[in-house]
Amino acid sequence: MIETSYIYGLIGGLIIGIAAALYLLGNGRVMGASGIIGGLVDGSAGHDRRDQFIFVLGLILVPWLVILSFDLAPKTNITSNPVIIVAAGLLVGFGARVANGCTSGHGVCGISRLSPRGIVATLFYLFSGGVSVLLFKHILGVI
Amino acid sequence: MRAVIALTSGGLFGLGLLISGMVDTNRVQGWLDIFGDWDPTLAFVLGGAIIPMFFAWRLADGGRTPRAGGMFPPRPNQKISPELAIGSLIFGAGWGLAGLCPGPSLASLTFGGWEGLLFLAAMIVGMLMAVPVKRMRASTT
Repeated sequence: MIETSYIYGLIGGLIIGIAAALYLLGNGRVMGASGIIGGLVDGSAGHDRRDQFIFVLGLILVPWLVILSFDLAPKTNITSNPVIIVAAGLLVGFGARVANGCTSGHGVCGISRLSPRGIVATLFYLFSGGVSVLLFKHILGVI
Repeated sequence: MRAVIALTSGGLFGLGLLISGMVDTNRVQGWLDIFGDWDPTLAFVLGGAIIPMFFAWRLADGGRTPRAGGMFPPRPNQKISPELAIGSLIFGAGWGLAGLCPGPSLASLTFGGWEGLLFLAAMIVGMLMAVPVKRMRASTT
């Protein structure tokens, strides 16, 4: 059975892929969210600073404009436990920068290049993500 | 030209994240919840995103140059380093814990409430904490 969420997932995924293809073929850069944000906050973006800042502006503002235009009310359904939010944010930011990529850089851009690093990174974060949900949801029951 | 491409690409990325459900932490955690009520939606997201990029890399690796000038990124060092594995394990643990990763944390910033802002702030602190680790590793290899 095909759920509507699968169709939205596929369409949204194709748009993400087109965005990454445009960034690569246009500006010659890998569209990795953690690299772009990390480069801006730690200063390693260098000459790319302006373009990456503009990329982030588009990333924040376009969803907002779409929501306003179509009167949508999307929910992130994120936990309201501040301890979990802070712990997760620290792990995500630190891990992605140490690994030099996250779901967009290693996942989308790495796998599509058949890069062994992208494929290995994706397998590792999918594994620990699964263990994390198992541990915190089913064993400890905190999420 | 570069700025227009960056704005368009960032905007499309945000639109895709919104439509696909990547900004919904329940959907992300549902995808990672293989022992619970597993939600395969993210496989469609990743699969969909890989298709255009597969062709883009074939063009990029075929000896062309980027439209706005410059060079394509070279293939990175192919070594599977300890930081690639350990960093990815740490990243995945946080991704499962809250259901957010860097792209969706920005795409959902205008509607994610204080929780989204707090996540982004903590993520930025985590990124800054990685700087000395990266520097130390760079000097020893």
